[in-house]
Amino acid sequence: MDSPIDTNKSYQEYVNQKSPNSPILKNCINAFLIGGLICSIGQVIYSFCIYKGLDESSSSTVVSILLIALSAFLTGLNLFNKIGKIAGAGSLVPITGFANSIVAPAMEYKSEGYVMGVGAKMFTVAGPVLVYGISTAIIVGLVYLIFNTQVVLV
Amino acid sequence: MEFWQNFDWMLLLRCFMVGGLICVIGQILIDKTKLTSARILVLFVTIGTILGGLGIYKYLVNFAGCGATVPLTGFGNNLAKGTIEAVKESGILGAFTGGLKASAGGIAAAVFFGYIASLISKPKMKKQ
Repeated sequence: MDSPIDTNKSYQEYVNQKSPNSPILKNCINAFLIGGLICSIGQVIYSFCIYKGLDESSSSTVVSILLIALSAFLTGLNLFNKIGKIAGAGSLVPITGFANSIVAPAMEYKSEGYVMGVGAKMFTVAGPVLVYGISTAIIVGLVYLIFNTQVVLV
Repeated sequence: MEFWQNFDWMLLLRCFMVGGLICVIGQILIDKTKLTSARILVLFVTIGTILGGLGIYKYLVNFAGCGATVPLTGFGNNLAKGTIEAVKESGILGAFTGGLKASAGGIAAAVFFGYIASLISKPKMKKQ
């Protein structure tokens, strides 16, 4: 008797048949609306900082800090994952997703203690992000130093 | 309020559109490639750093404001921008100090508020 999941290919077909059609269009619209909304909240904060006389880079920093604080506390209250279920990448790709990626594993591993649980697991996702981000930035700096001019393609 | 009278609503619209579209790119990657969210975050920050280093991303920031700076590509751009500015000032040392200096506020806030939030959070019961 041949089972329907003998090979990888037939298994894949079996999975595709059983799993519901992922509504990509609906997901994209949700991601667009919520992602756009989060950026717009940032824009209002940014404009308010400029209005209050802060310079551009300080205003950007204020926006990042406030959005990070907001999403950290929403994650702590178990509200962020409810938003994330609807928003998908809409709440993951903005800086809120970075904050969420720090708090969520920290909460999950709280039972392992405050040093190796919360302290270490905070960086499960944020660690790789920082490793690749910082390393790429250093390479950018070294390349800039060697050619002493910013390569402009457009 | 005077703030709302001077508010640039067209900039907000551009911010909404561009920010939304960057998230749609992430959503398509999630749905089509089954990349984990950690890989998406790494990918977006790295792409943002490269685009920032090439001097392309600043045009998007000029066009869309926070629509370009709030997504993680903007975080990467900020790393690259800070690094290049620091290299101009202090040479090779700047390549190592500039990126973190420029994004220090965000990283420190994420660590600090992340720690506080996980302290106050109630461990949730895993639903079986």
